[in-house]
Amino acid sequence: MFSDRGGTVLLAILVATGVGAAVLNLAVPPSSALHVSTYVLTLVGKYLCYAMLAMAVDLIWGYCGILSLGHAAFFSLGGYAMGMYLMRQIGPRGVYGDPLLPDFMVFLNWKSLPWFWLGFNHFWFAAFMMAAVPALLALVFGWLAFRSRVTGVYLSIMTQALSYALMLAFFRNDMGFGGNNGFTDFKDILGFDLHADSTRVVLLLVTCLALAATYVACRKIVDSRAGRVMASIRDAESRTRFLGYRVESYKLWVFVFSAAVAGIAGALYVPQVGIINPGEFAPINSIEVVIWVAVGGRGTLYGAAAGAILVNYAKTFFTSALPEVWLYALGALFVLVTLFLPRGLTGLMDGLGRAHERAGQDLISREADG
Amino acid sequence: MKRFPRGGRRLLLLLFALGAARPVFAQSSDALFLAALGELRGATYADKEQIVERLSASGHASTRQVLTAFLEDRLYVRSQDQNIFIAKPGDDEQAPLSLVDPVSLKDAGSAPRDGMEKIGTNNRLRRVLRTTVARFGLSNPDPAIRLDAAREMLKSLDEANVAVLRERIGAETDAGVRKEIETGLALAALDGTDQQARLDAVRTLSRRSSSDVRNRLASLLEKSPEGTFIESDERVRKAAASAVSSIDSTRSFYAAIETLFFGLSLGSVLVLVAIGLAITFGVMGVINMAHGELMMLGAYTTYVVQTAMPGHIGASIAVAIPTAFLVAAAMGILIERTIIRFLYGRPLETLLATFGVSLILQQLVRSVFSALNRSVETPAWMSGTLQFNEALSLTYNRLYIVLFTLIVFGLLLLVLKRTRLGLDIRAVSQNREMARAMGIRSDWVDAMTFGLGSGIAGVAGVALSQLTNVGPNLGQSYIIDSFMVVVFGGVGNLWGALIGGMSMGIVNKLLEPYSGAVLAKIFVLVALILFIQRRPQGLFPQTGRAAETR
Repeated sequence: MFSDRGGTVLLAILVATGVGAAVLNLAVPPSSALHVSTYVLTLVGKYLCYAMLAMAVDLIWGYCGILSLGHAAFFSLGGYAMGMYLMRQIGPRGVYGDPLLPDFMVFLNWKSLPWFWLGFNHFWFAAFMMAAVPALLALVFGWLAFRSRVTGVYLSIMTQALSYALMLAFFRNDMGFGGNNGFTDFKDILGFDLHADSTRVVLLLVTCLALAATYVACRKIVDSRAGRVMASIRDAESRTRFLGYRVESYKLWVFVFSAAVAGIAGALYVPQVGIINPGEFAPINSIEVVIWVAVGGRGTLYGAAAGAILVNYAKTFFTSALPEVWLYALGALFVLVTLFLPRGLTGLMDGLGRAHERAGQDLISREADG
Repeated sequence: MKRFPRGGRRLLLLLFALGAARPVFAQSSDALFLAALGELRGATYADKEQIVERLSASGHASTRQVLTAFLEDRLYVRSQDQNIFIAKPGDDEQAPLSLVDPVSLKDAGSAPRDGMEKIGTNNRLRRVLRTTVARFGLSNPDPAIRLDAAREMLKSLDEANVAVLRERIGAETDAGVRKEIETGLALAALDGTDQQARLDAVRTLSRRSSSDVRNRLASLLEKSPEGTFIESDERVRKAAASAVSSIDSTRSFYAAIETLFFGLSLGSVLVLVAIGLAITFGVMGVINMAHGELMMLGAYTTYVVQTAMPGHIGASIAVAIPTAFLVAAAMGILIERTIIRFLYGRPLETLLATFGVSLILQQLVRSVFSALNRSVETPAWMSGTLQFNEALSLTYNRLYIVLFTLIVFGLLLLVLKRTRLGLDIRAVSQNREMARAMGIRSDWVDAMTFGLGSGIAGVAGVALSQLTNVGPNLGQSYIIDSFMVVVFGGVGNLWGALIGGMSMGIVNKLLEPYSGAVLAKIFVLVALILFIQRRPQGLFPQTGRAAETR
């Protein structure tokens, strides 16, 4: 299973990050040069959530040829499920001090909790919903779309419209999700103070674990028989169908799995950044995820994670150091990667390292347009 | 000069000496008018009444304005020289009065309030004034002023006004004004006691459609708190009930027309932003995510052109349209030559690359024009409304956007069907190899096609600059809508884009009264997503290069 070098490196980095962050943040005193601040911890946690999202996109795009421009929506739905749990945990500590209703509902003069908020005071229920809601949406959407053979560009535009519609819906105050302010001012999770360093470290560790688990699960899937069918769907959908495979089922289930992973990534993201609002649904976010995958190299899984982390690190750096330049740089990155690096950075590294061995095992040379 | 009588010439010389160059006869009538006006100083109320009658009989051009000012307590005597002035209406009680000369109606500077003495009125005098002013308005040669006067009188139907209306109805020649006068008389008759007259009045009013008339008739049907009808006459009640229902059906008919029109204008915007995309995406199979930014460039071009020619707002639009086309087309050709031509047949890659281009263009605009919105002025002829009747009025800017869309659409169709370029575009889109074999330079055609689609995006940007804020995010807000229109209409089909966009606009506006604007938009999006599942090829499927690469 760990015959792939990139995957091994990724898992090793994850272990190192988890252990390193825990030790350097908690055990090393703040005065030391080696101390890792909570800010950095949060940043790393955020990147890892993005990496998980990117992996979810890579699974369906890189291996099955489905370019989803709606994964930010699945990510946000998971985030909202976590946000609802965290809002209920605030309890009477809100500004208005209502024991049951979150502040924004008191502000809107609501008298009771809407039905879809019931149960979110239990963590197990919220945790289930974090994956179930995005998965259910993906199931319904995917069932409709794949059954009627909406593919390629059309599917991309449809997923984009879906996430746009969701964004508009979540901006409405009447929806009961806090309107354009979303959820914020969280206090604690499972009884632990969210602002405490130890909680932060645990959250980061959980994120590392989740990313590692995602990688292993995705690797299992793509290495399995089903994974090979997926690749053949990507490369020649009609031919696969004529050979007797139920193309729609394969696509549907991998799409649902990918949406659930995106939802969990979103759920881990919210307690670390401390806010979720409808802006997360914005179509541009979904497109950015695709670019992380493209930069890292699609169809590798670890490449997607690397791309997400690298691009986001660059974003953090540029937006604070040279805010004017960031959009130019990101735009140029999109253009240059598409034109000159169709296999991303991992493809480049492979090319540099093993140029002579590569012949014959090039899985990605065919384009995944369907 | 020779023909002037001796006395006249002397007077003329005198006038030149005084520095006033007024015609002689006006001068004398002015003098009379001013003299009558002057008598208002310190006159009793009874005297003032007489003076008002003399003024109104004088036939002087500014009588109406003077009497209106008098009625509205805006006629003043300046303490220092005892001259009479009209004060301009204003809300500020503290500010100095801005004065108007009562004879010439020209501005005469301003004066502090404590140096001015108001010429007072009492109830009786005001009634006389009101009637006189209304009569003046109703006998004005301009039908538009008569219409305004009649409408004004409908708002306060007292005995005196009704008397004036009754007096004027025989003499009125304009049908519209006559209708208003009849409405006024009927409303007045309703308050009377003559049963037959009241029934006739209800019948007359049932042919009107204004909400005021409807409410007046509906009040006849109300019950007092004890449960008895306020209106005792049953026949009048019955007539009123049928009149109200007939007015309601008329009004709902016009409301439906209005909704349809709103839908068409929204649809026109959608079509306008989508037809450029129908070319680049539909004909070439390129997913141009920078389409919105090309529209943004068009909008900014309008802004630049307008800034370059201040004072000619109307003309600047005419200049901006071709300029925006050229700017956006040039940018489009640049994008095609440098990026897109390497990515033909790989639509998902064009999506990513052009998205990068869109980010660069946004930031470019931010660097050049700053992130703030720029205001583009709307020419005067585009504001205002076209009033059909009390229940239906259409705003000009919506009307123009519908027209503009149809013109752009027609021109584009003409280019595609009737020109050499259009023939080449269609040939390359249907069969690239065959077209090349026939000697068509396909890569030149590609660049021109992309330029054409981009140029139309620029033209759409000119229209958008009149409708929304011109800022770096202008394009982003339309990109999803425009893709939906193209996919809904059927890729590669211009008529599909037209019908798709229009029907999306109309459905949106039909839903809006029930669900609100945002929900209506969500419904339309979800309905489109479901529709595409039923018919993945859109309303009008077509074959072509796009169909082959799919």
